[in-house]
Amino acid sequence: MNALPLLSLIIFVPWAGAVLLACLPRLGAPASRALALGFSLSTLALTLAALGSFDPATTGYQFVERHDWIRALHVHYHLGLDGLSLLLVLLTGLLSPLCLLASWRTVAEARFFGLLFLLLQGAALGVFLALDFFHWFIFWELSLIPAYFLIRLWGGPGAARAGYQFVIYTIGGSAFLLLGFAAIFAATGSLDFVELSSLGATGALGGKLASLGGIWPQAVFLGVFLGFAVKVPLFPFHTWLPATYAEAPTGVSMFLTGVMSKMGVYGFIRVLWPLFPGPLHAAAGPLLWFALGGVVLGAFAAMRQTDLKRMIAYSSVNHLSYCLLALFAVSVATGSSRPASEAAAAALSGTLLQVFNHGISAAALFYCAGVLESRAGGRRGLNDFGGVRSAAPVFAGLCGIALFASLGLPGLNGFVGEFLIFRGVWGLAPWAAAVACLGLFATAWFLLTFWQRVFHGPRAGAAAGPFADLSGLDFAVLVPLVALMFLLGVLPHLLTGLFNPLITSWANHLVLP
Amino acid sequence: MTPDYAGLFSALRPEISLVLGALLVLGLDLTLYRRHSPGGRLQLALWVGSLALLTAGFQVWRAEPGTVFGGVLIIDQLAMASRLGVLGLTLLTFGITQGSPARRQPAEYVAIMLLAASGLLLMAAAQQLLLAFLALELASLSLYVLAGFDRTRPESAEAGLKYFLFGGMAAAFLLFGFSLVYGATGSVELTEIARQIAAQGSNPLLVVGLVMVLVAFGFKVAAAPFHLWAPDVYQGAPAPSAALIASASKLAGFTLFTRLLWPAFGAAAGSATWLNSGAGWFRAVAALAAVSLVLGNVAALAQTSLRRLLAYSAIAHAGALLLGVLAVGSAGPGPLFYYALTYGLATVGAFGVIAVMETAGRCERITDLAGLHRRSPLLAGCLAIFILSLAGIPPLAGFFGKLTVFSAALHAGGIRSPAGGLAVLAIALSAVALYYYLMVLKQALVAGPADGAPPIKVPRAATLALVTAAALIVWFGMNPSALLGLF
Amino acid sequence: MNLLPWSIYLTMAGALLALAGGRRSAGTARWIALLTAAGTWILTLLAATRFVPGPGLQTLVDVPWIPAMGVRYHLAVDGISLTLLVLTGLASTAGVLFSWNIEERTGEFFALFLTLVAGVYGVFLSADALLFFVFYEIAIVPKYFLIAAWGSTNREYGAMKLALYSFAGSAMVLAGLLWVYACGGAHGFSFGQLTHAAATLSRPGQIVVFALVFFGFATLAGLFPLHTWAPTGHVAAPTGASMLLAGVVMKLGAYGCLRVALPLSPVAFAYWQTPIAWLAVTGIVYAGLVALMEQDLKFVIGYSSVSHMGFVMLGLAAANPRAVSGAVLQMFSHGVIAGLLFAVVGRMVYDRTHTRQLGDLRRMKLYRLVPFATTMFVIAGVASMGLPGFSGFPAELTILIGTWTAAPLWAAVATVGVLIAAAFTLRAIQLGFFGSTGPSSASATDGPGLHAGSAPHLSPITWPEKAGALLLVGATVVVGLKPDLLLDWINPALQSPLLQAVLKGGAP
Repeated sequence: MNALPLLSLIIFVPWAGAVLLACLPRLGAPASRALALGFSLSTLALTLAALGSFDPATTGYQFVERHDWIRALHVHYHLGLDGLSLLLVLLTGLLSPLCLLASWRTVAEARFFGLLFLLLQGAALGVFLALDFFHWFIFWELSLIPAYFLIRLWGGPGAARAGYQFVIYTIGGSAFLLLGFAAIFAATGSLDFVELSSLGATGALGGKLASLGGIWPQAVFLGVFLGFAVKVPLFPFHTWLPATYAEAPTGVSMFLTGVMSKMGVYGFIRVLWPLFPGPLHAAAGPLLWFALGGVVLGAFAAMRQTDLKRMIAYSSVNHLSYCLLALFAVSVATGSSRPASEAAAAALSGTLLQVFNHGISAAALFYCAGVLESRAGGRRGLNDFGGVRSAAPVFAGLCGIALFASLGLPGLNGFVGEFLIFRGVWGLAPWAAAVACLGLFATAWFLLTFWQRVFHGPRAGAAAGPFADLSGLDFAVLVPLVALMFLLGVLPHLLTGLFNPLITSWANHLVLP
Repeated sequence: MTPDYAGLFSALRPEISLVLGALLVLGLDLTLYRRHSPGGRLQLALWVGSLALLTAGFQVWRAEPGTVFGGVLIIDQLAMASRLGVLGLTLLTFGITQGSPARRQPAEYVAIMLLAASGLLLMAAAQQLLLAFLALELASLSLYVLAGFDRTRPESAEAGLKYFLFGGMAAAFLLFGFSLVYGATGSVELTEIARQIAAQGSNPLLVVGLVMVLVAFGFKVAAAPFHLWAPDVYQGAPAPSAALIASASKLAGFTLFTRLLWPAFGAAAGSATWLNSGAGWFRAVAALAAVSLVLGNVAALAQTSLRRLLAYSAIAHAGALLLGVLAVGSAGPGPLFYYALTYGLATVGAFGVIAVMETAGRCERITDLAGLHRRSPLLAGCLAIFILSLAGIPPLAGFFGKLTVFSAALHAGGIRSPAGGLAVLAIALSAVALYYYLMVLKQALVAGPADGAPPIKVPRAATLALVTAAALIVWFGMNPSALLGLF
Repeated sequence: MNLLPWSIYLTMAGALLALAGGRRSAGTARWIALLTAAGTWILTLLAATRFVPGPGLQTLVDVPWIPAMGVRYHLAVDGISLTLLVLTGLASTAGVLFSWNIEERTGEFFALFLTLVAGVYGVFLSADALLFFVFYEIAIVPKYFLIAAWGSTNREYGAMKLALYSFAGSAMVLAGLLWVYACGGAHGFSFGQLTHAAATLSRPGQIVVFALVFFGFATLAGLFPLHTWAPTGHVAAPTGASMLLAGVVMKLGAYGCLRVALPLSPVAFAYWQTPIAWLAVTGIVYAGLVALMEQDLKFVIGYSSVSHMGFVMLGLAAANPRAVSGAVLQMFSHGVIAGLLFAVVGRMVYDRTHTRQLGDLRRMKLYRLVPFATTMFVIAGVASMGLPGFSGFPAELTILIGTWTAAPLWAAVATVGVLIAAAFTLRAIQLGFFGSTGPSSASATDGPGLHAGSAPHLSPITWPEKAGALLLVGATVVVGLKPDLLLDWINPALQSPLLQAVLKGGAP
């Protein structure tokens, strides 16, 4: 297996598909769609192949590829897979084909759409697999370009502005991230995440940066932090998100919320936390409040929305903030005398589960909103619908499942992650868990409002006329997602088994350098 | 000291050839060619004149170095080079005369040019005040006539008169100055004067004499503030006359000036640095140079007439040449000569282009050059080389002229000396100068021709002269040592 | 290695041939120019394959030129100059390709074009400061005529402003060099001799001399506030000329700063370092902000050039091997990227639409009309933002790393510049090529309407344009992914004793 550069294949097969599409300008729409879907599915296939020989008990990186690349900057082409990466690659592999399916009929210029989408998919995969800042950053930034054009060209009326805002915010964060890494390289001469993590664990990194004096060590931390915080987004850096998610075409919204927002969380866990355990610990107290702000205000903001897509977008802010809440809570507790490794392990595995689950349920919700929107001729207000359940009972059922999964109903996937997070945070920072409960209530409130307004009551608004139920294509998208919700709700250890040893090893090394 | 007439004759053979040539031109014109068309007569005169110039050149080349006739004349490297330069520039002027509008007495015109050239040759070699004055007057009187030669044009008459009046005044100053110097030192021999000055030191009489001489030379070389004649003469005189005034006459004039100042008055130069103040001509010349540089360059910015622009640029270049004079003490005459000769080449060339254009139509204002690249690519290309050389763009000769002069000036006394400061000033002003030079080239190379402006046919001799001048400028630029290595 | 001097001679000969060929037909002149430019480029690449990186200049030709002043005709090459020579070959080849549609006075155009290129080659090969200066001026003069005769908007003003700034700059350089030479008692103009001579001057003297030489060169490099010639000049210039202008001529200034000015006097450099760095970062930010406001697409690119050259100057000011190697890399990168941007805007767009105003372009939605131009502009824009994968990224990263070592604050402010660059580039892409969707446009799932509306017919993109654009894109991607190609040349060159005296921090 080692002879085959499996990880490179995972990243570059979608890009090869994109190049192929670019080279076939006369390809018809159906063939383009099929080709794009085929290449998109390759990720899932290759990931499953990797899963076969993946050893969860090993906490280090597997399938490592490491080659010399740029001697002058000591850059290596370094890829590796551990439980965390595997989880996210799997998520990407699952969601990407569904996103393409979601845009199957509705998108003009299928070839170009498929091309951009495959570029985006490959870039996202690269982010999850790269272990050297240099090409990690290539993937990180390059994902913006296809995303921008997907939003800009196929998006709604406000897409130009939304796309611009999205790119500028994210690049703004990235610029400071870049500066931070420039400083790190200047101090250590390395850009390799593995090397830097070990430096971070021993405190050597902090020591080298501290030699700068003044506010600069903190500035480096802040720069890297900003890059990730914008991407997640952490409250109050989230303002680009609702417009972007709302204006993007459905399939792209699904990918943005399902995969791209995870890039930020991944960055926090893979980069910021191991490299800066000390500064993160110092800053975690205030940061907890930011995360809580996201949890609570995100939920309340979602409550105030009348646009369904914006509502789901805010709910994404809310859900992702749970992940950060857990991470910051773990960081707050790091180094304290209290034995907290069990709570920390719970919080961390909750975080990873939440990452995966939110990807699935938010994608499903965006798809449902898309279905409503297309049936209603572009309207997607909360008040534009009523009684959809009687017009389209199957759709109502599946959408309801997605809503309740998002809400965290036990038995569905969302519950396990949130439960673990709350359990962990309760053990680490009880007051934060208490405040976060407010968010839970608000979430329940707005999701139920959604459910009630749109699906119940007399048929009204767009649903007053003929309202078609789900087509075969819609089933193809929604059924796998809903099936996963049930499956993971009942058997969460399918996932936790992949990363539990990793989490345990993290939780057992919660010491400050 | 027994007069060595044979030696004198031998040394004066170039001048004699020129005078004989002039007489031959006149004679042939009066006898054999009387009935020919003016064009044919001009052709003949130029051929004979060129032959005379070549003969003179050959004789200069063969001349034995050394002093002649008890020190009246000196044949050294500078004299040889500068005489050859004068002859070459005159030859080029002949070439452009062929291209300039026909005039009524072609033979006389050529003959007077030959006489002027012989005067300039004498200037280049004179080492005695009286001979210097005589040579200067011979050359000047010929040039006055040349300036006013176009009797059909009132501007030409005005130019001749103005040049004559200012020149006459300069001559008066010069003569007065010379007599005071003679009075102070008791000699007209430059070597003897030098000895006397070294022995007796500064002396009010001498200072007044020196000032007079400086004023006179200021007039001659059109250094500000004695430049007032230059724009009008450059504008009014026939183009070949103006070319001769601006090139060969300047070269010879600066040779004489240098010889006068350094070997003779060298001891009265004064200190080269600001700090060590002391009376001396060094500062006076520096002041002349500064005023010329500033005034020439600034006034040139405002010109719309091509010839007046060249006149003001000439004033500016005179300032740079004066800087070269200052640097002779430390760097020898090489930089100065290089500058003067290459400047002469470029100016002859520029006036040559004007001459040819005047034959084809009008060439007064800068805008008359418009579309030259269409009307005659050759003229446009040559003009570009001349103007860029005047502007001091490498790899053309003008750049190395500036480079060597400025570097010599900086060498002379360091950055804090008047010469050093002037060098920096001159470099700064060369950036200003670029503006007006580019305005000329913009018309010639960029602007489209006016409606109905016909193509220009360039006579063969003029072509040859212009291409030669351009080629020399490029050659001396690529290989400055060809001239600098002489000294 | 002795191939390299032929780059000067061949290009010069090509200029004369093009002039002659232009009298026969425009096509002849074009092909002569293309063959010359491409041939010379291949020559530099061949020489590059045989190049053995090492510290110090490797002499190619060295004969006395003006013995009276100790000037030598000394051509030499090191990794830095080789990088820029290859860039010159690339940019000039692309420039010729993008000047294919010059119909008027074609021969003269390419003659001037190639003269400029020959001067540039000469500058990059000179190892004698005076020879350097001579070639430098040879490169400046043709610019004026190229712009004044073949330019567009406000060309005479732009050309004159550019020429005067350039000459003011070069006058400063000349004054400084002569000052050092004459007053320091040097016996020649080699860089080492000048450094030696400068050391004999008093400290204030060194400071003034350094300022003259450095800021003289920096004028051409577009250092704030001496940059104002750059946008107007770029806008006025014909496409091929603005490609050269941004691509290589601005590099002449930066190269002069690095090669001539920096080693001149370590004492004076220490004095000027901080002001220079602040001017550079001010330029980065200021030019970026102006670009954000501009309505003329070419002005946007013109100011972006100034902003990017600010990074070069910042790298030089940071004065450690890392930052300087980044600066050289950025010179290459900016040469390629700016060239491509100007090519798209000047040739592909302006020559077809006859407008560069964002207000007009946004109504045209060019991505439907000229997809190739749009793709190229997006790629160039993305590269210009400093996005990784393209040459701008390793360059800016290296500069930031080096600058951080020197002074973190400079790096932090420059990072703001990166952000602004992203903003104005994206704005240009958006308004210039995609227009803005009004509220009446298609709904979210309706697709982009790629074929909606009736479009004015624009002539298709020609093969020279495609060839030139692909050449440049290829270069930026190759260097972006494998900067070692150039850094392996550059880094050893920074170990030369002359530069080591100024650059602190040893090996990168």
